[in-house]
Amino acid sequence: MTTHDLPAALAEIVDDFQALTEPDRLQLLLEFSRELPELPDRLKDHPELLEQVVECQSPLFLAIETEKNDAGPADAVRLYFKAPPEAPTTRGFASVLHEGLDGLSAAEILGVPDDMPELLGLTRAITPLRMRGMTAMLGRIKRKVAASSRSAS
Amino acid sequence: MSYAVEQNEKFAAYANPERLVSTEWLAAALEAGALTDGKLVVVESDEDVLLYETGHIPGSVKIDWHTDLNDEVTRDYVNGEAFAALAAAKGISRDTTVVIYGDKSNWWAAYALWVFTLFGHEDVRLLDGGRDKWIAEGRDLTTDRTAPAPGDYPLVERNDAPIRAFKEDVLAHFGKPLIDVRSPEEYTGQRTHMPAYPEEGALRGGHIPTAASIPWARAAAPDGTYRSREELEALYLGEAGLTAGDDVVAYCRIGERSSHTWFALKYLLGFDTVRNYDGSWTEWGNAVRVPIAKGAERGTVPA
Repeated sequence: MTTHDLPAALAEIVDDFQALTEPDRLQLLLEFSRELPELPDRLKDHPELLEQVVECQSPLFLAIETEKNDAGPADAVRLYFKAPPEAPTTRGFASVLHEGLDGLSAAEILGVPDDMPELLGLTRAITPLRMRGMTAMLGRIKRKVAASSRSAS
Repeated sequence: MSYAVEQNEKFAAYANPERLVSTEWLAAALEAGALTDGKLVVVESDEDVLLYETGHIPGSVKIDWHTDLNDEVTRDYVNGEAFAALAAAKGISRDTTVVIYGDKSNWWAAYALWVFTLFGHEDVRLLDGGRDKWIAEGRDLTTDRTAPAPGDYPLVERNDAPIRAFKEDVLAHFGKPLIDVRSPEEYTGQRTHMPAYPEEGALRGGHIPTAASIPWARAAAPDGTYRSREELEALYLGEAGLTAGDDVVAYCRIGERSSHTWFALKYLLGFDTVRNYDGSWTEWGNAVRVPIAKGAERGTVPA
């Protein structure tokens, strides 16, 4: 697998990680963790709309919404995440997926290879176990996107 | 020359009060400039590899359980050479007083302390209550990088035997007490990993026959500090049925949660022989032909 298989924004993030040494990759993940956007108020007030990704070591909640895109060829999928500040690794990875996938079409998100997290070059530093949590996060997004595009069609 | 031992009523009841310091004690020591001469080094050890970077106790250094303490190739701990290099890089000398703290009621901090003990580091203590208590009390945190003056650490061979059990040791241990510190779901065999944690690939669920189930977190109070001597005795002497002088083995999934229990049994209740089986369920639950008990009953000594 190479970054050619990835949507442009995600490919750029992966390239950024791969260009760094391991300590700097962790630093970059930390910066991502700080940039994870707050939930919009309509989700803050409705925690029942968020789904917990139980495979992650730290509590991570996730919601997806589809925005009608009258101008473009496909509807945009919007991603929303919530993870506590004491779980920076989980937040960092959620933020990578947010920046890399938010606003893309369902087909583009479903096309992301399941083992994409491995491309970030963090497995040694984070442990294979934690990487499985990251992979589970991507898997959960894809399952939700697949379910919602099935129900929409 | 090690640092003065904290005196307080709670710690005085424990077998080895010198193994704990309170947040008040540490804050006062830092205030008094304890970190300036290398006699005291504060180490943060967390589950989340990035947590230290989000803010840590001023002057503390980070030791990561995975990248710093585990051997990269063999499932084992680092050797004497790597440990000496790590300690020196963190400003730790052989006679330094090391205070370790971390997230999740010091779960990983206790694990780091156990590894320091494998190398016979004499004066290593836990910050009672750990990171969460320090933060809850509104004490200082910083994101400034700590650049310690290198310590002088000799090459010490690890001595596993007194506090570390291997699978063969556990097989030879039957008839003597075992403590399983995992969740009830893992103990009964309903699941092979912690609730809400990723699957770690154990092929069988259950527990080592005769092991008493005392989930590790029951030794911690809501504020992350260790429970009082009286409460710990009710738990381990009462519920688990240990008696003074017992030779005990504790285990969990990879030996981290059981380090927290190992500390309580060894230093707070004063059991001389307590070993942590770090192979734990990720070894036992995958090993061929080892006996396993399922369900809530402890089970019997295998014939």
